[in-house]
Amino acid sequence: MTPVRHMLGTIGRAAFLALVLGFFALPLLWLASAPFDAHPSITASVPEFTLANFRALLDNPYALGSLRNSLIQACGSAALVVTLAALAAYALSRARVPGRDALLYVLLLLSSVVTGTAAMVPLFELATRLNLIDTHLGVVLTLSGGLLPAAIFILKDFMDATPTSYEESARVFGASPGQVLRHVVIPLVRPGLATIAVWAVAGVWGSFLQPFILLRDPDKAPGAVILYTLYTEGGAPRLDVISAFSLLYSLPVVVMYVFVSRRYGFRFHGGIKR
Amino acid sequence: MARAESGTLGRRPAVGFVLPALVLIGVFLVFPALWTVYLGLTDYRLTGLAAADPQVVGAANYAEALGDERFRTSLWLTVQFVLGSAVLGQAVLGFAIAWALRDRRGPLKSLTEGLVLLAWILPSSVVAFLWIALLDRDGGTLNAILHTPGFAWLLDHPMASIIVFNVWRGTAFSMMLYGAALENVPPSHLETARLAGASTLQQLRDVVLPHIKGHVLTNLLLITLWTFNDFTAFQLTAGGPEGRSEILPVYIYNVAMSGGRLGFGAAVSFLVLVVNLVLAFGYLRLLRSRGEVRPS
Repeated sequence: MTPVRHMLGTIGRAAFLALVLGFFALPLLWLASAPFDAHPSITASVPEFTLANFRALLDNPYALGSLRNSLIQACGSAALVVTLAALAAYALSRARVPGRDALLYVLLLLSSVVTGTAAMVPLFELATRLNLIDTHLGVVLTLSGGLLPAAIFILKDFMDATPTSYEESARVFGASPGQVLRHVVIPLVRPGLATIAVWAVAGVWGSFLQPFILLRDPDKAPGAVILYTLYTEGGAPRLDVISAFSLLYSLPVVVMYVFVSRRYGFRFHGGIKR
Repeated sequence: MARAESGTLGRRPAVGFVLPALVLIGVFLVFPALWTVYLGLTDYRLTGLAAADPQVVGAANYAEALGDERFRTSLWLTVQFVLGSAVLGQAVLGFAIAWALRDRRGPLKSLTEGLVLLAWILPSSVVAFLWIALLDRDGGTLNAILHTPGFAWLLDHPMASIIVFNVWRGTAFSMMLYGAALENVPPSHLETARLAGASTLQQLRDVVLPHIKGHVLTNLLLITLWTFNDFTAFQLTAGGPEGRSEILPVYIYNVAMSGGRLGFGAAVSFLVLVVNLVLAFGYLRLLRSRGEVRPS
């Protein structure tokens, strides 16, 4: 009996994996073929190879500008998150603060509870009253607030794992806390900072809801919002522009994902991807 | 490595270092949460009289929501969405893939994992359009394959469409979590069970499940929280047609942002916030009881 059952099991497993491969590959076929197709249609097909679709992006008034906006918002948020999180994580790692762990837990809890969906109305109101509607700064501050708790949590781990002896000798020679942080601690935790920066860039790059609510001016909108308007605005969608733009806009995320998962592995992603 | 001892930084510089981060978190995370509570008790609107001079109306928004057919429909659709796409879809499919790949090595495993992961990491605007193209009525790849030209998946079965979409979108997390969890199951236990004549289902129930119980709970709580708050379905159907796929995040957007009823939208947001809080507390208690302090 056992060999038969074993064989059936093997066949069943192969069939299941083939189905899984088909299910996950099917929607992606279009992204692989249409950008290079001279006559892209909505159906995925073997392309009549061309790079003209990427040239069509140059003629679209918003396409390339939106990638620049994505870059500004993503890098702005990453810079803010890394700077503030490094300062806070260092202090929380090195100073005796009563209730420190409880504070970190509450912040972490809040960052997963107060999502864009749950705080849509107040975030819009806040941005309106602070004159942050239609500004990159508004998007940067809103998204950074949500990313900071997890960033502090992870960087504190990095800081905890570095020895304090260098800092102590720097202090003996009269360095100020700021100098110690800049010249001694930062170089030691550089891999952690790079990881947090890439994670923040990837997170902001894909964000749709917050910029969609906070930006009305298409000249300020990031790639996520412009792509959405490209396929929802009236008239026949320009498939050459949409396909080439989708691919160009996706590539950085894939590259960053490979970078972070090589560096930090699954635990990192499993924990804080939202 | 030896853990650094606390106390090499004085209290005053420490406060100065923590303060900027706390201010930003306070203004853009804590304050909005509290403000939701207050706004939810008012009749605040985007335009008109109630925009200039909003009145506190107490629990009237909540009473109205509970009596509103559209809200109750949205709530029910959300339950279907979370149970169907996260609990049944992502968790079961993710486990099945992890189980099927557990002792595989080589290109087939990398290819499968790579594709499943790609669905997870691509930006939401991109995957939403990929599915609109796949399900398109006239030229969609799915209709071409099934020989069902003209079948309007997104119009006739909007709920089923976004559920299957979200299974595709989010299975990667469950697959990786269960993949890691299955490595904790001693192969000798499985071998013994197999020699004793246990079927695959019996092995899963009696040998595997006891080892991965904690992972299953973690997985279910997190994907429930994420799916409950996910806005990507908006980019596929915008809640339509006629509100037949209007899950709560889309409902809040349509009512508050498009409809301008900010106070009412905030009241519904507050309900989302409470559900999130319950799920997150459950997750934290779980981590504590397993002695893990990392947020993973």
